[in-house]
Amino acid sequence: MSDVFRLLTLQDANTRVVLLGVMLLGLASGVVGSFAVLRRRALVGDAVAHAALPGVCIAFMIIGDRNFIAFLIGALISGILAVVCITLLRRYTRVREDASIAVILTAFFGLGIALSRHIQQGGQYSGAGSRAGLDGFLLGKAASMVRQDVLAIALVALVVLLTVWVLYKELKLLCFDRAFAASLGRPVIGLDLLLMLLICLCTVIGLPAVGVVLMVSLLIVPGAAARFWTNRLSTMLVLGAAFGAFAGVLGAGVSAVAPRLSAGPLIALAAAAVFALSALLAPQSGFVWNSVRRRRLRSTTLVQNYLRALLELDEQRAAGVHSNAQLALKRAWSRVQLARAGRIASHAGWVAVSDAGATLTPAGQREAARVLRTHRLWELYLITHADVAPDHVDRDADALEHILSPEIVADLERRLIETGRLPALVPSPHPMGPTSAEAHA
Amino acid sequence: MSPISPITAPTDIAVEVHDVTVAYHRRPVLWDVDVLIPAGKLVAIVGPNGAGKSTLLKAILGLVPLASGKVEIFGRPLREERGLVGYVPQRESVDWDFPVSALDVVLMGRYGRLGWLRRPGPADKAAALKALDDVAMRPFADRQISQLSGGQQQRVFLARALAQDAMLYFMDEPFAGVDAATERAIIDVLRRLRQAGRTVVAVHHDLQTVPEYFDHVVMLNLRLVASGSTQEAFTHENLQKTYGGRLTLLDQAAEAVRRGGPL
Repeated sequence: MSDVFRLLTLQDANTRVVLLGVMLLGLASGVVGSFAVLRRRALVGDAVAHAALPGVCIAFMIIGDRNFIAFLIGALISGILAVVCITLLRRYTRVREDASIAVILTAFFGLGIALSRHIQQGGQYSGAGSRAGLDGFLLGKAASMVRQDVLAIALVALVVLLTVWVLYKELKLLCFDRAFAASLGRPVIGLDLLLMLLICLCTVIGLPAVGVVLMVSLLIVPGAAARFWTNRLSTMLVLGAAFGAFAGVLGAGVSAVAPRLSAGPLIALAAAAVFALSALLAPQSGFVWNSVRRRRLRSTTLVQNYLRALLELDEQRAAGVHSNAQLALKRAWSRVQLARAGRIASHAGWVAVSDAGATLTPAGQREAARVLRTHRLWELYLITHADVAPDHVDRDADALEHILSPEIVADLERRLIETGRLPALVPSPHPMGPTSAEAHA
Repeated sequence: MSPISPITAPTDIAVEVHDVTVAYHRRPVLWDVDVLIPAGKLVAIVGPNGAGKSTLLKAILGLVPLASGKVEIFGRPLREERGLVGYVPQRESVDWDFPVSALDVVLMGRYGRLGWLRRPGPADKAAALKALDDVAMRPFADRQISQLSGGQQQRVFLARALAQDAMLYFMDEPFAGVDAATERAIIDVLRRLRQAGRTVVAVHHDLQTVPEYFDHVVMLNLRLVASGSTQEAFTHENLQKTYGGRLTLLDQAAEAVRRGGPL
């Protein structure tokens, strides 16, 4: 328990340093990752991360000892090499991008694993391999980071953030409309490579904390989660950075308290949790609000159809009570749906439901006539404006006046009147403005 | 709507395409195309699907590598005259779910003159809002672009080009899939551009409106079939050469509709 206390109060200088490093890492990865998501480079990021391992191993074999800077350079070189291979494969062969990514990722990662086993078992490096923390580079070991590592991480993270800040406008343009950027004379291939380089840099400084296997979680997941909350790029970047820093600090912090747990999986889990909460709860595009909206639309449609059917029965037969059996002939309703529609409609005061069936109240007749009118206007609009209509049509009849211009509505109404299909609006007890057709007449 | 400031083009010829061949994966998509585009006109590029219309635009803009030939803009290489050129890509070429507003997109039209490091300032914002005004999209400035209809998205793209304040515009199917109101808004903008001395080169699909909308026509089917003023070049014979058998079908359809009978 005292460990946790020491961690939370940041008493241990080393913990402070590690958490600071991971936080900067999370900020930089969140920002760069947001661009990677928008440029659809998530899988390339994963490949780069995995491809960093052989570079680290080769750097170790050359230097013969643990040297973080050498590791970074090695990882950077092999990461860039992987990107080059993927690009060449895609451009000069018929292999598609996803397949090229799979080929390169596994080839480089396989080489990396083989080399690291060779180092850890080979006589000439006896014991040095594990001292070098090569196994930590696989799944991340935040606790084994030392002050110099963190300084290097902080420095690279700051360079990455600064680059994005300076080139924000160009990266935004590149990700949104590459052809337009090229038409302005921007070197789009260079900018794409720069984005790749930034991804490589984030990956490389993430290796000691997160490891090659799961680094992509800190790179891609925060940006993907941020997209749920906002429709502004700048806000998305800030959120991505915040999510990345949060996931990094949480994962590394827990790993510091429980050293037997690798930091990588914990950081990946923290990032996944942030993503899950975003996907569920974000107000515009989250799952929960979407289902609420969908459910609401379903009951609105159900009740509108119910009222419409009652009014049509009124028109065809006589106004009065209509049984469920009669209603069932109009549409494919289940008994449960009919009961639910009757319940909602009578609650709103639109129908009186008895054992014999349902009757429209005066308020219900007005509502039904309004619904029928809009539905018929939409139908007519689909026919008369077939070239553009699908672009505008909203399934909810209520949206008509918001979407179509008053002139179009008036024109459609005139056509309905000519064919005698405009439902008579029952005079309201409350004073109401004239319908647009009357206003134009 | 304020007028577009008039400009006199530096030369009578806006674009000179000289012996241009473009190939994707060894299959030629443009073959030895040689064409002069006059300045200050509305110019349509027409031809069947896969004729290389978009590719010709991209070749002129330097977006695809040329297998052979060269392109000159107002008598100079494109590289030296990029600032004079505006571009409206096909609407489908970008992700409309991208987290930017209509105003953000239009502001991108100012990036060319801003260079790498400067950010858009109040003058750029004013120019962008004016451009939105010119296509009747000012009220939608702060809308996220996915919440716009197809026609509105096309108008935002056009506004971005207007914000470029270019002398020569290339538009890739600006009328594709838009509603009647947008089509009117676009042709209105094109005419005002012409009035202000600008040149517009547009890939166009609707053969019926070519004589009404455009002064000059470039007819393409891998190779150049004809190029000239609409009056002289847009003839039935040239259409036959451009579209081959496909035009007969179009003809029959138009004929049938006119007579009100079935095909």
